[in-house]
Amino acid sequence: MNFETTIGLEVHVELKTKSKMYSPTPVSYGAEPNINTNVIDWGFPGTLPTVNKGAYSYGMMVAIALHADITRHTHFDRKNYFYPDNPKAYQITQSETPLATNGWIEIEVDGKKKKIGIHELHVEEDAGKNQHEDDGYSYVDLNRQGTPLVEIVSEPDIASPEEAYQYLEQLRQIVQFTGASDVKMEEGSMRVDTNLSVRPIGATGFGVKTEIKNLNSFNHVRDGLAFEQKRQVQVLMAGGQVRQETRRWDPAKKETILMRVKEGADDYRYFPEPDLPPVFVSQAWIDDVTAKLPEAPAKRRARYINEWGIPAYDAGVLTLTMEMANFFEATVAAGADPKQASNWLMGEVSGYLNAEHLELKDVALTPSHLAEMIKLIADGTISSKIAKKVFQEIIKNDTDPKAWVEEKGMVQLSDPAKLTPIIDGILDDNAQSIEDFKNGKDRAIGFLVGQIMKQTHGKANPKVVNQILMSEIKKR
Amino acid sequence: MISKESVAHVAGLAKLAFTDDELQQYTNQLDEILNMVAQLETVDTTDVPVTTQSIHLENVMREDVAHNDTKIADLLANVPTKKGTLIQVPSIIDKEDD
Amino acid sequence: MTYLKQDLTSVHEALVNGSQTASSLLKATFANIEQVDADVQAFLTLNQEAATKQAAAIDEAGIPADQPFAGVPVGIKDNIVTKDLKTTAASKILGNFMPIYNATVVDKLQAAGAITAGKLNLDEFAMGSSTENSAFQTTKNAWDYTRVPGGSSGGSAAAVASGQVPMALGTDTGGSIRQPAAFNGIVGLKPTYGRVSRWGVIAFASSLDVVGSLTRTVKDAALTLNVIAGHDDKDATTADIPVPDYTAKLGQSIKGMKIGLPSEYLGEGVDPAVAAQVQKAADQFRALGATVETVSLPHTKYAVAAYYIIASSEASSNLQRFDGIRYGFRAEDVKNLEDVYVRSRSEGFGPEVKRRIMLGTFSLSAGFYDAYFKKAAQVRTLISRDFDQVFADYDFIIAPTTPTPAFKIGEKVTDPLTMYMNDILTIPVNLAGLPAVSVPAGFVAGMPVGLQLIGKQFDEATLLQAADAFEQANDYVDQIPGGAN
Ligand SMILES: [Mg+2]
Ligand SMILES: [Zn+2]
Repeated sequence: MNFETTIGLEVHVELKTKSKMYSPTPVSYGAEPNINTNVIDWGFPGTLPTVNKGAYSYGMMVAIALHADITRHTHFDRKNYFYPDNPKAYQITQSETPLATNGWIEIEVDGKKKKIGIHELHVEEDAGKNQHEDDGYSYVDLNRQGTPLVEIVSEPDIASPEEAYQYLEQLRQIVQFTGASDVKMEEGSMRVDTNLSVRPIGATGFGVKTEIKNLNSFNHVRDGLAFEQKRQVQVLMAGGQVRQETRRWDPAKKETILMRVKEGADDYRYFPEPDLPPVFVSQAWIDDVTAKLPEAPAKRRARYINEWGIPAYDAGVLTLTMEMANFFEATVAAGADPKQASNWLMGEVSGYLNAEHLELKDVALTPSHLAEMIKLIADGTISSKIAKKVFQEIIKNDTDPKAWVEEKGMVQLSDPAKLTPIIDGILDDNAQSIEDFKNGKDRAIGFLVGQIMKQTHGKANPKVVNQILMSEIKKR
Repeated sequence: MISKESVAHVAGLAKLAFTDDELQQYTNQLDEILNMVAQLETVDTTDVPVTTQSIHLENVMREDVAHNDTKIADLLANVPTKKGTLIQVPSIIDKEDD
Repeated sequence: MTYLKQDLTSVHEALVNGSQTASSLLKATFANIEQVDADVQAFLTLNQEAATKQAAAIDEAGIPADQPFAGVPVGIKDNIVTKDLKTTAASKILGNFMPIYNATVVDKLQAAGAITAGKLNLDEFAMGSSTENSAFQTTKNAWDYTRVPGGSSGGSAAAVASGQVPMALGTDTGGSIRQPAAFNGIVGLKPTYGRVSRWGVIAFASSLDVVGSLTRTVKDAALTLNVIAGHDDKDATTADIPVPDYTAKLGQSIKGMKIGLPSEYLGEGVDPAVAAQVQKAADQFRALGATVETVSLPHTKYAVAAYYIIASSEASSNLQRFDGIRYGFRAEDVKNLEDVYVRSRSEGFGPEVKRRIMLGTFSLSAGFYDAYFKKAAQVRTLISRDFDQVFADYDFIIAPTTPTPAFKIGEKVTDPLTMYMNDILTIPVNLAGLPAVSVPAGFVAGMPVGLQLIGKQFDEATLLQAADAFEQANDYVDQIPGGAN
């Protein structure tokens, strides 16, 4: 029997606001436990929520970037459940009238393009953190409580772990380019819940699905789903039945492990949040958010390829992160040749960042310095060999490359008026080499160039030296 | 007629525990109340929107500005058990009897 | 110092002309409370120490002539949080709860110079109509100590009616200010939903809860509303509408006003003697130059059912935060997290609160939401529309506040449904978010009854003008209770 797979992804993305979704306390990471909380975050009796308009706008940004339809008349709902990191014992979310519906993401797998539908996006508040320790207690830190989230729910269009991976990669990229979130799995600002079911090809209705938790990277998502896909098929082939359960991905053992069997659906008793008036999203608000939305990565790639002649692969690499794309564009804007800027960013810059485990924002390099260095190479002020030294300087320190090469005496000697007397002097002293060259010993040229370089402390422009040397030899 | 089992299920959702006698009493009382409520079924509410808020406000929102002048010690003052600035909670799993 | 024959104006005069200081007044107030409250049992917590300091500070600064509350002791219902003053909602689960912030209404009263004398008893989490659901004590009706003071603001009503404070704040979710005001022969004002901030009010049913006042006179209700009304950035459900001077229209003629008297409010279940007092009141309004006509609010009979579903559903969610984790009662000898939740809540909540949590949880649960919560919320729309239709032609509505005068302690407490029916005349107002005031309307068998005036949203000024005109036309306000009689 052949099976087909259906994957659903629920992605939580933390929005990059200053304050929380329903409380004015600061959003922060790594602070002393509970320090950035107030009576609202603690769910003290008598406290009330207020909506962060900035968070809502960020949510709209993400929705628009994902081609979703913004819900114009909307309200908040309560999702009720008890847990120590959920102080009100309800989460204020949007259930009946989500922020937006009907979005999509285009992915490419094995050269084939496919649109994956997005069922809905809704804004909600994050929970705090409940740390389990082995002294029989858990410890609750509510600093994260109330951090604004947008939850992005896919349609059941994803048919393989690889499609899931590509969907997440595109989603991360699109959201990152809106500037609404850092979307970092490793920092928890992007979190992925998955569910997967298989069914015999042609069957109507979906199979029983299992959920996988503890997926800390896109690779884990792909591996976990692949394992689960295989496991479910094996269960069915053996005549068994898939149970509705939550499983955990163990990256060491490379398998999913049963966490709990779900008995029936959870009952969250959703109902409209009485403490918050409804939200009406006007066309003017949508227009305002749209106007502020940075250019999407796909549009940028097209522009790089069509306007600047960058190869498609390179354009893809340059738009992997918004930092890189913005840096690239700023370098070009500062006067660098696009192709050269692209080569440097994909070559030396990326190599340096990888080797040092750094990100663009962590180094001293600026687009204007990179552009200036590229111009110095183009106009012959420095050699590409010297450029490597200059690069090491400007990526580590906030140094002006032009001033620096001058100060360090790294400017190439390209002026024939200055080079000709030097070359003539060398030729005067090495008559034998001229003789050798004329007798067909090409090596003699190498020796002469070496002498010139020695005398100019390596600063002579090799191209210019070659030209002068040849014409001077001819004269003799 | 609401069953005792349903009432027990609802108690579970609400994190309440009842003795068997209490459960029976709550079942009887809820049944009586739900019978009274059943009269709502006779009201024609076709195309009638819900009212979840009685005055008609819209877009009451706050700008994204962070502030907090709460003292952590004040927040912690009512906590039954704590460790440092963390709230201490018995864990999900049973504490072992020793 | 008893306030049985005082109002805010007379107390203020004494403070301004120096025949009392805030300190001497406060001392006398506590002396009276000590005596009277031994029987009435209205106060759960007294604020003696902090109040004494505050009174001294006010004396030091002087009493401003334009601040009617400066130096005046007031009572606060104990579901309104007061910084550093124990706030229990009359529940064991908050038995030792010490708030770290003030409700907005408390801040506003304090800024106006009022001194919090103490916290007043209520039905646990404001769920009840007799104050018998308090986890701590049973408050008595000021007119007859064998009768209930009504509820849930029973402590507030009894404290004012027995002359212990001139004004007490209450909350009204389904009649909890108006019904005890009626039972105790005083004035109870429930403002429009969203007129007064709920920040710091321990939520029972968020879409219905309103803070208001219990006072001896309509003018005192207006003076209180002047202080507590207004938009609050911390409560998104408060309306950003200017606050007028609610005393401005007091004393003005109501000649020409059109008053509706709904037939449904005088029907079955309403004590004919109570109905007779309302007819008498209607005649008095006519004598004042208003017209009174019978109107219909056809969906009234569904209000109790819709209300108990909606209020209990919201309450079931609002009361989930009482989980024994961050504050309040945590059960002893718990084995695990589930134990903390279940045992803290089961031991911490009283029977009526559990009943409402159960009803609300059921109404929202999978498979029942549409038939219960949603249906009730649709019926709520029809109830609001009934009022809209009447208000298209009438300035306000009059009706009895309660079907009967105060009942005996213990008479209904074991029968929840009968108890719920007691709120039938006050509940529709909360569902529609309207302002309403209960004013004394005479006596039935020696117990006071109330006349309820129901107004248009945010039109408290007209409501108070009419209530004041009615009060001036009677001598009910001069009747003094004698609870022990
Ligand atoms: Mg959600
Ligand atoms: Zn979520």
